[in-house]
Amino acid sequence: MNVSTADAAFVEFDRVQKSYDGETLVVKDLNLTIAKGEFLTMLGPSGSGKTTCLMMLAGFETATHGEIKLAGRPINQVPPHKRGIGMVFQNYALFPHMSVGENLAFPLEVRGMGKSDREAKVARALDMVQMGAFANRRPAQLSGGQQQRIALARALVFDPELVLMDEPLGALDKQLREHMQFEIKALHDRLGITVVYVTHDQGEALTMSDRIAVFNDGRIQQLAPPAELYERPNNSFVAQFIGENNKLPGIIEEFDDKKALVRLATGELIDATPVNIRAKGQQTLVSIRPERVEFKPEMMPPGIHRIGADVLEVVYMGDIFRTRMRVAGSEDFVMKCRNTIGQRKLTPGERIEIAWHAEDARALDPM
Amino acid sequence: MVAIETSGGEGLRGGLLTTADGKPLKQALAHAQARARRKALLLVVPLLAFIVITFVVPIGQLLFRSIHNDGFSANMPQISAWFDETKAGDAPDEAAYAALVADIAAAAEARTIGVVGTRVNYELSGTRSLFTSAGRNAEDLEPPYREALLDLNAKWGDPQLWGVMRSVSSAYSANFYLAALDLARDENGDIVRAPEDRRIYGMLFMRTLWLSALITGLCLILAYPVAHLLAVLPLAKSNLLMILVLLPFWTSLLVRTTSWMVMLQEQGVINNTMVALGLVGNESRIQMMYNQAGTIIAMTHILLPFMILPLYSVMRPINPSYVRAARSLGATSWTAFRRVYLPQTLPGIGAGALLVFILSVGYYITPALVGGASGQLISNLIAYHMQDSLNWSLAAALAALLLAGVLILYWLYDRLIGIDNLKLG
Repeated sequence: MNVSTADAAFVEFDRVQKSYDGETLVVKDLNLTIAKGEFLTMLGPSGSGKTTCLMMLAGFETATHGEIKLAGRPINQVPPHKRGIGMVFQNYALFPHMSVGENLAFPLEVRGMGKSDREAKVARALDMVQMGAFANRRPAQLSGGQQQRIALARALVFDPELVLMDEPLGALDKQLREHMQFEIKALHDRLGITVVYVTHDQGEALTMSDRIAVFNDGRIQQLAPPAELYERPNNSFVAQFIGENNKLPGIIEEFDDKKALVRLATGELIDATPVNIRAKGQQTLVSIRPERVEFKPEMMPPGIHRIGADVLEVVYMGDIFRTRMRVAGSEDFVMKCRNTIGQRKLTPGERIEIAWHAEDARALDPM
Repeated sequence: MVAIETSGGEGLRGGLLTTADGKPLKQALAHAQARARRKALLLVVPLLAFIVITFVVPIGQLLFRSIHNDGFSANMPQISAWFDETKAGDAPDEAAYAALVADIAAAAEARTIGVVGTRVNYELSGTRSLFTSAGRNAEDLEPPYREALLDLNAKWGDPQLWGVMRSVSSAYSANFYLAALDLARDENGDIVRAPEDRRIYGMLFMRTLWLSALITGLCLILAYPVAHLLAVLPLAKSNLLMILVLLPFWTSLLVRTTSWMVMLQEQGVINNTMVALGLVGNESRIQMMYNQAGTIIAMTHILLPFMILPLYSVMRPINPSYVRAARSLGATSWTAFRRVYLPQTLPGIGAGALLVFILSVGYYITPALVGGASGQLISNLIAYHMQDSLNWSLAAALAALLLAGVLILYWLYDRLIGIDNLKLG
């Protein structure tokens, strides 16, 4: 989805800052526009400011500085109940003293909707999440996944254009989580709503989002679609945070626009793509995905620098082999090879040579 | 111990589940748990003994006194026998007077005539001296005893006196309960309302219930915001404030009550301040003590922690995301409070209200010190009958009625709200 133009902005954070104690900034100069119909995920470790951003958008926290706009209208002074934003909470926040039906009718009731309209909408929302038979149950009588569906239905029943989700799947087990990811995504596509989703689970973010904003230390480190984020991380933090990653520290020997030659601490030379490199002799951290490492000479691009590796451990993981090696003095360099017929089996103690395409190794800022 | 296999080990014999070696499952379970049960019982035996000796037995004895008083029947056997043989309303004949004089003489000899007089005096005031003076002269009385006694004091012929003596001739009697309910028996043994100037207990019961309800309501209004503040503050701060809430608990009740006396009296802190500020004139100082106002103010303060603590314990675990969810769903802050927050605190409100109400229904020391005449509660009258009038039976009857009232309220609460909704901490 192509979304960065200003007139497409449905939600807009304009130079937003937030401090709780007046001494440190939790959110530092946030600029972010979200298009109508987009599924945007705020991803980051705990304490990175992502939840604070969501709470400011929902109206439960006030921005210390800057402006938040919804559909072009500044909403800093608008109380939460007038923003018309649906929200799904981490613990679901289903009202324990009301039945499922009453929970869903609540947002319609406070909007003064008549009883028959209310019942029709509640029934439709329950059917939407396949929970039609549960209207008279209490939330405590439902399983985690069912509560999750009800929370989702409640956030959608009053037809909000924007829905916020704060780690909604955090409490579910792995299988259910994956299933719910799929359902939420399907609902998003079907209803055409805008979703802002907060999570610290990168797998979840990669699966569901149109774009991901990676948060760290109160700033957006990178804002990009999932594939770009994974394959072309902008800095070491993003490279480390998304997926598994090998990192080799070194010094820039030579570089131009397309290619950089990096000398590692142990003296070997490797090829990489310069990302945020400014000068020769600069410290860098080269990041390579484990599945992009090659050890069969016929697969290596011609003329590439090779580097010696000692195999330390080979783990059979079913679909792949995960091989841990000593490379340039570091003992946690990982290579992943597909478990195919005729795959050459490596054994611990073996010495091999590895290489990679220069595009797959990214020379980033040292952390 | 019997091992119960889970897979294929259990069998069915005559419809009963059995263990692997054929014992009935229930029996095996009881056997397996018996040792643990005996050990657990041993641990609570000291507590059980303590409760039985210091609590159950004395209270049982006291309650027994409310229906049993043998002050007359034990010391006046002959006249009691005469009452047994005749029926209510029979005029006393010479034999009755002879039995009466013989009993009085014997009681005077045994120095128990005072007890007899006191017992009759409970039912008909001004009669104690009748018995004691008769006791002093019993030696000199000669037949015919009727004339002799009437010469001594004409009241001996009073049918009401004979009616009362008939009613106390049995050790067991419901008369104390009748008295506690402002009822009495006439000379024929029928239950009638007590004379208007004697009807004080019903009024006091009503006042006790009304003041307790009022104090409970005031405590709730004052405690709710405090408990909410404690519940939403960070733990370090709320613990500090909690100490302030608990501080009164660590101060003697007497000290707290007397400090309210310092505050409230006519020349006290509050009145002096108001006079100094010119809010009230020096002549029109406000009476805040030795009346109901004093009782209400001091008891509300003293019982406040009992309301705050259960409320706090219910509010603390309520996740703030409930109210946030309500707000995000379009509810104003008032609607969110009324529809989402308040219902979730009901168990705390119920517990706190029940605690404060029950405590205030039986409160004694504070009303005694600051209540004056109009601020006295039923417990003050119970204390009066325990300590001053020494009519323990009436005190026990009043206490039993109070206990019954509280139990009825508890039962009502259970029916209306459900006791399992109660959360005391």
